[in-house]
Amino acid sequence: MTERMTGAQALVRALEHVGVDTVFGIPGGAILPAYDPLYDSVKVRHVLVRHEQGAGHAAEGYAQATGKVGVCMATSGPGATNLVTPIADAYMDSVPIVAITGQVASAAIGTDAFQEADISGITMPITKHNFLVTDAADIPRTIMEAFHIASTGRPGPVLVDISKDALQAQTEFHWPPTMQLPGYRPVTRPHSKQIREAAKLIAESRRPVLYVGGGVHKAGASAELLQLAELTEIPVITTLMARGTFPDGHPQHMGMPGMHGSVSAVGALQKADLIVGLGVRFDDRVTGQLSTFAPHAKIVHADIDPAEISKNRHADVPIVGDCKEVITDLIGAVGTAGKGDYTDWWTLLNGYKETYPLGYDEFEDGSLAPQYVMQRLSAIAGPETYYVAGVGQHQMWASQFIDYENPGTFINSGGLGTMGFAVPAAMGAKMGRPEATVWAIDGDGCFQMTNQELATCAIEGVPIKIAVINNGNLGMVRQWQTLFYDKRYSNTDLQTTRRIPDFVKLAEAYGCVGLRCERPEDVDATIKKAMEINDVPVVVDFVVHQDAMVWPMVAAGTSNDDIKIARDMAPVWDSED
Amino acid sequence: MSRHTLSVLVENKPGVLARVSSLFSRRGFNIDSLAVGPTEHDDISRMTIVVSVEELPLEQVTKQLNKLVNVLKIVELDTSLSVQRELMLIKVKADADSRSHVLELVQLFRARCVDVAADAVTIEVTGTPDKLEAFVKVLEPFGIKELVQSGMVAIGRGARSITDRSLRALDRTA
Repeated sequence: MTERMTGAQALVRALEHVGVDTVFGIPGGAILPAYDPLYDSVKVRHVLVRHEQGAGHAAEGYAQATGKVGVCMATSGPGATNLVTPIADAYMDSVPIVAITGQVASAAIGTDAFQEADISGITMPITKHNFLVTDAADIPRTIMEAFHIASTGRPGPVLVDISKDALQAQTEFHWPPTMQLPGYRPVTRPHSKQIREAAKLIAESRRPVLYVGGGVHKAGASAELLQLAELTEIPVITTLMARGTFPDGHPQHMGMPGMHGSVSAVGALQKADLIVGLGVRFDDRVTGQLSTFAPHAKIVHADIDPAEISKNRHADVPIVGDCKEVITDLIGAVGTAGKGDYTDWWTLLNGYKETYPLGYDEFEDGSLAPQYVMQRLSAIAGPETYYVAGVGQHQMWASQFIDYENPGTFINSGGLGTMGFAVPAAMGAKMGRPEATVWAIDGDGCFQMTNQELATCAIEGVPIKIAVINNGNLGMVRQWQTLFYDKRYSNTDLQTTRRIPDFVKLAEAYGCVGLRCERPEDVDATIKKAMEINDVPVVVDFVVHQDAMVWPMVAAGTSNDDIKIARDMAPVWDSED
Repeated sequence: MSRHTLSVLVENKPGVLARVSSLFSRRGFNIDSLAVGPTEHDDISRMTIVVSVEELPLEQVTKQLNKLVNVLKIVELDTSLSVQRELMLIKVKADADSRSHVLELVQLFRARCVDVAADAVTIEVTGTPDKLEAFVKVLEPFGIKELVQSGMVAIGRGARSITDRSLRALDRTA
C-alpha cells in the first residue's frame, strides 16, 4: 500500500520503520522540512543538543551501549561539518551510526550556495558508505540501506545527505522498499578448513594467547569467548576496545596490551608462539614497533573485515567471519584437535602478573592520585556501571584501574582518540540504558571541549555522573613532554586548578550538581554522594596531582620488549630467550 | 615492484570514480593508469586500473576496493591471458620533406593518420604500452608537438566473461 506524502514525512516514517527511537541533532535551514514531521512523531524522540559534535558522539554512545544503530541529524554546511569528527571516530572504532544531513536544494548544489558543503565528498574516506539523495522517492530505500550497511558486517558510520527540495517534494511512500546493494555482501561464515587449521595450531602450541578486540563484543560473543578460553586454558588479553569482553577478575585474564598495557599482557604477546587474534586489527598502539612485535608467534587472525587480515602482521591462518561464528566453530574444532600443554607458559605468565602488577605512587604532600580515584570509583560504582572515558591519561587509568566484568561497559574513543568524547557519549549511553548508572570519566582538557552538553543532560533529564580528573594540564601531552621533551611544557598548562573555569560553578550554571574532591580521604564520601543523586547530572571535580603518569609505557615507535614499568625501570624478562 | 592490471566492475552511479580514486590516494597506492567506461550492461561501468605494487600491497588494494559498496567485482588480468590496449593520439611535425617518412612509420606500426596540416600530422595508434612506447621513440626525431594517451583497457582471452555473475546479482536486486 502506498501513501502520498512529502520526502520529509517519508524520512520520518522510514526512521520509525527501521526502529529508531532516539535522534540527536540540531535543526537548521536545509534540514528544516524534516524537523516539521519529526515534531509530530510519537515513536522518535529528538534530543536537541548544543553542538552537532555532541549529537554525533551521543549517537555513538547510544549505539555502543545498546548495540543498535545511533542516529544524529544536522543541517547543511557547518551543521554537517561539525559531525565530521564523530563520524571519523565511529569509522575508526566501527560504531554503527547513521548521520542524516540536510543539503541545499539540488539546483543549487555546486554553486557555493549559503551553508553549502560537499559533505558526502568530505566524509567519503571516513564513512563505511554515504549517500546524496536528491529525489524524494529514493528516501525510504536509502534509509533502509543506510541502516543495513551501518549495522551489518563490520559496523560503521553511514551518512545520508538529503537535498532540501527532495525533503519538500511529494512522493509515494511504501514500506518495505527493496534494497539495491548488489556489491555489499559481508562474509560472516568462517571457512571450516581455516578453523581446523587454527585448532591444529592451538593443539601444537606451547605459548598461545587469545588477543581479543572490539570485534568480539560487537559480535556479541563474550559468552563464547569465555567458553573457548576455559576449554583451552589459553591466557586472554583484552584491548582498549574489548575491556569487559572477558572478565577482568578471571584468572586467565592477563590485562590490556599495548602502549600502556600490563607487563603480563605485553609479555604474553612478545613471548607467545601462537597469537589467536579475534576481532582485532594489530593496531600500532598494540604492536609497538611492528618488526619486533611477537617475534616467535604464528598468527591466527579472525575478523569480519578481510582487509584487516594481514594488513599489519602477516596471518598464518586467516579467518574471515563474524567472531561469534568463528569462536563457536573454534570451540567445536578444539574439542576434536585437543589442547596443548601450557603448564610452563602459565608459570611464566603468572610470574609476570605477580611481579609486575599495575601500580602507582602516592604523593607525599597528601594530594590526590588519579589512579586511586579510579580504584574507588570501580569499587563503589561497581561492574554494572557503564564507564565512558575521554582521551588521554584519565582514559588509560580508567582502562587500567577499573575492573570490568561485563561486556561493553567501557566506552571510549580508541582509534581516533577524540578528546571531548566522554560527556556526549555518556549522555547517549544513558539514554540507551536509562536503568544503568553511567559515569563519564573525563580530563579537564577533554571536558572543556564538549561540556556544553551538560545543558542537554540537565534539560532532557539524563542524570549522568562525570568525574573530571583535573590535573590542570593536557596530561598525556605533558607526560610526553616530561619524558621526551626535557620537561619543556609548551602549551599544556590549562591552569584549571586555579579554578578557571570553576567546574563546580560551571556544573551549577548548567543546572547540574557540582562537587569537589581534593584529598584521598574524601574520595569515598564524594563518590557516594554523587551516586545518591539520580535526578540531575553530577559533576565531580577531582583535583589531582599534575605529575601523575601513566605506567607501564611502551614509547611510541619502540619495541614492546622495551616496555617500562616506571621511568627508567624495565621488567626483567625470563632468561630463557 | 610489478605492474598489475585490475578489472573492476562497479555500479554505474555518481561518485564511484571519486570513491575509487580517493581510496587509492588515501591508502598510499599509486595508479599507473585508470580507464573507466560503460559495459554491455547499462547499470555496470568497468574500470581498468594498472597499479605498480608488490604482491602483498596488491592484496590490500583488492580487499579495500572490495569494501566499497558500489564495487561489484574485481578481477586481476594476467598479461599473457588477456588482451591489453591503450590508445594514443600524437601530433608530429611533418612538412613536405618528412611527411612520407612519418607515414611509412605509421604503416609499419599499423597506426592511422587522422589529421593532416601543412607542417604536422596527427596519428592515432592503439596497442600495448610497449608498442606505444616504441612508436613514440621512432617519432621523436621528427619532433612531437603534442601527445595524449588513454588509460589501458583490458579483457580476458577466451569465451568466459567476468560480467555474467555480477549481472545476475544486479538482476536479483532489481
